[in-house]
Amino acid sequence: MENKTTRNLYTIPYVIWIAFFVIAPILLVLYYSFQDINGDFSLTNYRNFFTPIYLEMTLSSFWYAFLITLIALLFAYPTAYLLTKLKHKQLWLLLIIVPSWINLLLKAYAFLGIFGTYGMANTFLETIGIGSKQLLFTDFSFVFVSVYIFIPFMILPIFNALDKLNPTYLDAANDLGASRWTTFRRIVFPLTIDGVKAGCQITFIPALSLFMLTRLIAGSQVITLGTAIEQQFLVTQNWGMGSTIAVFLIIFMFIIMFATGTKRRRARG
Amino acid sequence: MDKRISPLSRIFLIVMFGLLYLPIFYLIFYSFNSGGNMYDFENFTFDWYKELFQDTRLLIIVLNTIVIALLSALISTIIGVLGAMMIYKVRASRTKDALLSLNNILIVSPDVIIGASFLILFTIAGIQLGFYSVLLSHIAFSIPIVVLMVLPKLSEMSPSLLDAARDLGASRWEVITKVVIPYIAPGIFAGFFMALTYSLDDFAVTFFVTGNGFTTLSVEIYSLARQGISLSINALSTIIFLVTMLVVVIYYLITRRNRKSPDLEVLK
Repeated sequence: MENKTTRNLYTIPYVIWIAFFVIAPILLVLYYSFQDINGDFSLTNYRNFFTPIYLEMTLSSFWYAFLITLIALLFAYPTAYLLTKLKHKQLWLLLIIVPSWINLLLKAYAFLGIFGTYGMANTFLETIGIGSKQLLFTDFSFVFVSVYIFIPFMILPIFNALDKLNPTYLDAANDLGASRWTTFRRIVFPLTIDGVKAGCQITFIPALSLFMLTRLIAGSQVITLGTAIEQQFLVTQNWGMGSTIAVFLIIFMFIIMFATGTKRRRARG
Repeated sequence: MDKRISPLSRIFLIVMFGLLYLPIFYLIFYSFNSGGNMYDFENFTFDWYKELFQDTRLLIIVLNTIVIALLSALISTIIGVLGAMMIYKVRASRTKDALLSLNNILIVSPDVIIGASFLILFTIAGIQLGFYSVLLSHIAFSIPIVVLMVLPKLSEMSPSLLDAARDLGASRWEVITKVVIPYIAPGIFAGFFMALTYSLDDFAVTFFVTGNGFTTLSVEIYSLARQGISLSINALSTIIFLVTMLVVVIYYLITRRNRKSPDLEVLK
């Protein structure tokens, strides 16, 4: 019989991974958040975070994430619902997912063309008589593109929840005289709430933190928590402040995950 | 489409599908524009594709991206499988839950935080930013998804299978290579595949840890896009789209041949 230590040798790589790439990074972020720009221990960063500038930024970041999630949900739910009614629904669902496989940056880049001064969107606005507008580098384009990016991730869990729904419940509701709206409100929606929650999680947290979309599409019009972290780390080189914002983002993330209660899958990008 | 939905619903679905694919086809359409912009289609041309294939720098970047993806997927699959076996063997449910929570931290963390914290880590550890820092980060953020793909397969494996193998005189090594690995192979492949897509798709983490000398495709697209429109990017996206479609079709055919509904979890 081999002895116990050699038998457990195989666990070493995974344990090293946990120590160095899971625990150490969190501790380092926490440690750096207590350092000022000269590398001394201080609470300056936390004091700064509670000044109006950062609080306003946090609030507006939340507001945009909320808007994006809400709009994505409003479009995703009916889409998912209608998809479950189609004949080759798995194939149609696959077609919904395919765009999410294309690199996020390429999709954002496409919108640089579509929303550009002479782009398709402005041509369309002129044809219907509104006239061309500055679309790129506005908060509208930021919300639009974000919704576009996240909608497949919102449709997928809702579709799965709707697909599992037992159709006899609907027949029962119908037989008992419920209107279609009542059936939806009292039966369909409550039974698919887990899918909705999962979709909201997948959308809300990246919407707080995706900095490349903000940079490419919104210019300096929108600053999210993610943009602020990137700015502090890579532009200003103030890692302390960046870490402090990161600490708050992690805290918000846990609150959101507890509030929605299911495990989130990562939306890539 | 089906008759079970009303015409209005059908229009809604058509509009949704149209909007989803519009940006992609917009890019592809203008990749053939000799005008050099994304609004005024002059003449049909393959110039941007020629330019793309003559751009050795970009081709090297594509190669880098593929090398990083394959290496990181391979290594993270190995470590992930070992990790899944370790978690599987833990009996105390509390320790198991704790390990799983630690495992999932990198899956739920926003990319910016992973990127920023890895940047601090590499700087402190004295690892130069470049190929190795990018490779290490990609391995690191792919390991947990491999574990999540392999662990259910391990749990559904009947223990009597292992007992039988041991009763028949198999050594520990033989039990693992001849019984366990073949049984969990679908999970291993799914994990490898997920790791590959995570790596190919990643922008934010790489952007933080890449330094000056080394670039992957996503980072390159970002810096090109920040400079404005360049139709080589369009040509590139056409090729990426075609490759993606090819993979999807192959995947769909394989899963259909296996008479299962496509496992869409994997496609995420």
